[in-house]
Amino acid sequence: MKYMLLICGDEAAAAHAQDGCGGWDEEMQRRGVLQGAAGLRPPTDATTVRVREDKVLLSDGPFAETKEQVGGFCLIECADLDEAIEVASKHPAASYGAIEIRPLLPA
Amino acid sequence: MTSEIEAAVAEAFREEWGQVVATLIGMTGDWDLAEECAQDAFALALQRWPRDGVPRRPGAWLTTAARNRATDRLRREAVGAAKLREVAAMHHDLEPSGDGVDDSGVPDDRLRLMFTCCHPALGLESQVALTLRTLAGLTTAEIARAFLVGEQTMSKRLVRAKQKIRHAEIPYRVPPAHLLPERTPAVLAVLYLLFNEGYSAAAGADLVRQSLSAEAIRLARVLARLMPDEPEAIGLLALMLLHDARRDARLDDSGDLVTLEDQDRGRWDFVEIAEGVALLDGALRRGRPGPYQVQAAIAACHATATDASDTDWTQVAALYGQLARLAPSPVVELNRAVAVGMADGPAAGLELVETLRASGTLTGYHLLPATRADLLRRLGRDAEAAAAYREALELVATDTERRYLHRRLAETTDRSSC
Repeated sequence: MKYMLLICGDEAAAAHAQDGCGGWDEEMQRRGVLQGAAGLRPPTDATTVRVREDKVLLSDGPFAETKEQVGGFCLIECADLDEAIEVASKHPAASYGAIEIRPLLPA
Repeated sequence: MTSEIEAAVAEAFREEWGQVVATLIGMTGDWDLAEECAQDAFALALQRWPRDGVPRRPGAWLTTAARNRATDRLRREAVGAAKLREVAAMHHDLEPSGDGVDDSGVPDDRLRLMFTCCHPALGLESQVALTLRTLAGLTTAEIARAFLVGEQTMSKRLVRAKQKIRHAEIPYRVPPAHLLPERTPAVLAVLYLLFNEGYSAAAGADLVRQSLSAEAIRLARVLARLMPDEPEAIGLLALMLLHDARRDARLDDSGDLVTLEDQDRGRWDFVEIAEGVALLDGALRRGRPGPYQVQAAIAACHATATDASDTDWTQVAALYGQLARLAPSPVVELNRAVAVGMADGPAAGLELVETLRASGTLTGYHLLPATRADLLRRLGRDAEAAAAYREALELVATDTERRYLHRRLAETTDRSSC
């Protein structure tokens, strides 16, 4: 089962952007769990695209103005949600931000 | 059909529904199919049992009937082909997955089902609704009535919860040992919530609502049997029984709450009390106390006292102290203050209440000034007591408690004006 971990946090969490993952990614790669991951530049660098009545509408910034924003993602493959929870809870961002676990639609 | 057979089917429904559904989910992985096939099996029982008699092991009969039904249905659906192979494999491999097997050799999957229904990735409301639907066999309409929401709302809640289990792949299993300490409390909390919903239901409330505490006790019995090494599961069952024993004495003829102190102890159910106390003793002997065992021990102190003054308040106060260490909360601390006030006198109790009051953690909770008022009244400080009763009256939400506070206020103002 594949899950996307959305690494979320408020502005204060941005201070951790260069912290690295404290060995988390190495461990998860070794376990064969981690399939891909990246950190994201802040929401101020985001552009949101919508197409309405054939017109491309752009807006500066993220799609939703909330206090917490997605700052990175990891694609993982786990046996079930319990393993995904265990993997997410070990990610360093879980201790200062929040991690949303989203199961992927079947390919 | 004879009423005897009808009663046997109704009894089997109460006793076996959860197990049949749990076993079918284990076999097919399909929650809706499992419920439908369980329903079909009970319908078949209503046809067959009057003719053939009630089977010796109704649970095994029903499980087999439901399993055959599932096999038929999957065979007819092309998409069911893969599942069917699994079910067919299960036929030969009815090994329990580390769970209990009852006397008839049927694996008891109810523990897996309980842990899955109460998985913390589901919202509490969903956990409760799923537990009632799949384990207790209440209909969606009944669950909606019990929780005072529309049937559509409840139906959506159940559909979403089952979808999340499927889509997010919440595992259908008893968690491994290292996860049990964090997962077991969730199961216990759902059962205790069910019990309290039923227990607090007013006398005139919907019967379904009132039946929630009986369902909770039934499920707690199953849990205690399936987790014999978990003293908290036994403690929870004991706690429920000790509260339930006082059910009839709790309300007066006009439906008003009667405080423990004023209850007619002759109306308590002493069979239930004896069972609760025996269970609790067994649990405590394990030497691993937890919040439910301690609360049950407090309930046992009350339930075994011949009257309010005979209560071992020193013991109750000590138990509240232990509970405050295991599960700290300002409400527990307030209860401890009441017990200390009875054991060591109102001045000692008041001291604890004043500390709580200064901390500000219970601001707005009417029982804080009400407790303070009672202690001040017993100390003869009537003017201060009256002021505290008035403060409590500003905050109180139920008429019953309002009447009680007015009565006490009248007493103190009468005395202070003398």
